[in-house]
Amino acid sequence: MRFLLRRLGFFVLTLWAALTINFFIPHLMPGSPLQALRDRTHNKLSPQALQELLASFGFKPNQNIFEQYLDYLRDMLTGHWGVSIGQTLGTPVSTIVGQALPWTLGMVGVATVLAFILGSLVGTVAAWRRGGRLDAILPSVFVVTSALPYFWVALLLILMFSVWTNGLLPSDFNYDSSLQPDWSPEFIGNVLQHAVLPAATIVITAVGGWVLTMRNNMITTLAEDYVRMGRAKGLSDRRIMYNYAARNALLPNLSGFAMSLGFVISGAILVEYVFNYPGLGYLLYNAVQNNDYPLMQVLFMLFTVAVLVAVLVCDFAIAWLDPRSRAKG
Amino acid sequence: MTSLLVQTTATTETPAPIRRRGGGLWTAVRTNTKAMIGLVIFLLFAAIAIAPQLFTSVRHPNDLAFTPGEQPSGAHWLGTTMLGQDIYAQLIYGTRESLVIALVAGGVATILSVLIGVSAAYLGGFADDSLSLLTNVFLVLPTFPLIIILATYAGKGSLSVILVVLIVTGWSYGANQMRAQALSLRNREFLESARVRGERRLYIIVFELLPTMTSLIVAAFLGAALYSVLTAAGLQFLGLGDPNSLSWGTMLHWAQSQQALQTGMPLWSLAPGLCVALLGASFALLNYAFDEISNPALRPVRRIRAKRAHA
Repeated sequence: MRFLLRRLGFFVLTLWAALTINFFIPHLMPGSPLQALRDRTHNKLSPQALQELLASFGFKPNQNIFEQYLDYLRDMLTGHWGVSIGQTLGTPVSTIVGQALPWTLGMVGVATVLAFILGSLVGTVAAWRRGGRLDAILPSVFVVTSALPYFWVALLLILMFSVWTNGLLPSDFNYDSSLQPDWSPEFIGNVLQHAVLPAATIVITAVGGWVLTMRNNMITTLAEDYVRMGRAKGLSDRRIMYNYAARNALLPNLSGFAMSLGFVISGAILVEYVFNYPGLGYLLYNAVQNNDYPLMQVLFMLFTVAVLVAVLVCDFAIAWLDPRSRAKG
Repeated sequence: MTSLLVQTTATTETPAPIRRRGGGLWTAVRTNTKAMIGLVIFLLFAAIAIAPQLFTSVRHPNDLAFTPGEQPSGAHWLGTTMLGQDIYAQLIYGTRESLVIALVAGGVATILSVLIGVSAAYLGGFADDSLSLLTNVFLVLPTFPLIIILATYAGKGSLSVILVVLIVTGWSYGANQMRAQALSLRNREFLESARVRGERRLYIIVFELLPTMTSLIVAAFLGAALYSVLTAAGLQFLGLGDPNSLSWGTMLHWAQSQQALQTGMPLWSLAPGLCVALLGASFALLNYAFDEISNPALRPVRRIRAKRAHA
């Protein structure tokens, strides 16, 4: 219980740190939202309207910075995220984020979990068949794939499966613009088709790391006495491999999974940019291009929350899988 | 059951004589195929970065000196860009910036992680609590969005901005490992005896503790360098670098914005991407090889040995 409370404390503290960084970067750096907004509207709006617009997303230049900070914290936590000052001037940030979120969760989320499961399985088998043909080549291959740049893999896949094959698989957007979004099989098929290449990019670049760490953990666990004990008892190979060795070897990987989510997000930004996939990463890119400060701030907060939630979930999973972590407290 | 036998041969192999540092490390690198491949790639890029003029006759690769959009030929090995630059010459001259980013950002981030990780472990108490909290916060913060936002506010661009953000976001992973390693070494006899001898704290850390952590420090450096190469290329690819700089990432940015793939010039974006991938792979291979060298249990089991075990 103390263990979980400590993790919750860490969650709150990190979120606060992220929000604070998020608040102070715009205040410390040159370039102001006001200037960006003035450029964007080409002075078409009256100063009065501009002031009102700015006030509506919490920009009050005359207010004490400490009060501004408290207001900002409250607004972020209560979902009062203000309005966009980018391409979609005036649209509430929550609406924009709400449109993009499902695409990122669906495509990037599924690809990441798939890579983790696939990698851990391959790593388990490779370590189990130590010295086999598979284990002789796999580590080198996966060392190289785990170092590949996301965007390069994406470009390569586009070239091979879209350009050279006359558009066998689409390389742009999340579905054909000629289709109406609904739950028909045709539309769902189209969405899946559009997700294949970006998801494949993420799986290819992410799977290597999981294979390697899982293999190394397994090799260490397989040398433990309890594995030998299991064999002496005459347990089946399958049982020893999954219930005795892999269950223990997976623990460090699970905590690594949460930590790696930061890398996944960076990958998602690049992949979504290459494929024009309208998810959160693509949104962040656009926000940066248009100096859309409110949108940037909310996106950064959401990314932090995503990583922190993953860390928490993995902590709970570890507490459930590993009695030792509960006892240690 | 055969796997059990293979496993035991692997573990009896483990207590191999511990190699001394220096000469021993070189032998270990030379006999490890992965390490050698990584080293050769790295040295090749280093040579290109030091003396690019030896590898191409073009002197100002960013000038729009040639016919735009030419296919590969004897005169232009990889063709020319849509803007009329020689792609091969740009690749050669772009090596330097990418390599400098990797080495400088990786190096400074490693120094930071050693400083913070080791002092957290060695000081203990409140200093440890606050330093490891700082490390953990930085570890969890999503760095790439942070970098994008920082790079935007700091004015798109210049090399120094990219270096600073890479260092600020790249040290935490190593620091965590340093702390764990230093904690486990803290109460060993050789440090105890140094303390009894009356050595100063700084002496103990620099001359007693750090040398035993060499392999971890090298690994942390390689990891940070890999991170820097990939992240810098990603940033420049997104157009957050200096658009006039000569680097692989900037080439990728121009190729992407000119639709190189769709207009039948795939080499323009594939070649610099391949270079980034190769440099990254060389760091990753060296890193993995160092893991194998410092932990013999991970080394590949020789096939012949495995066969004997089957018999």
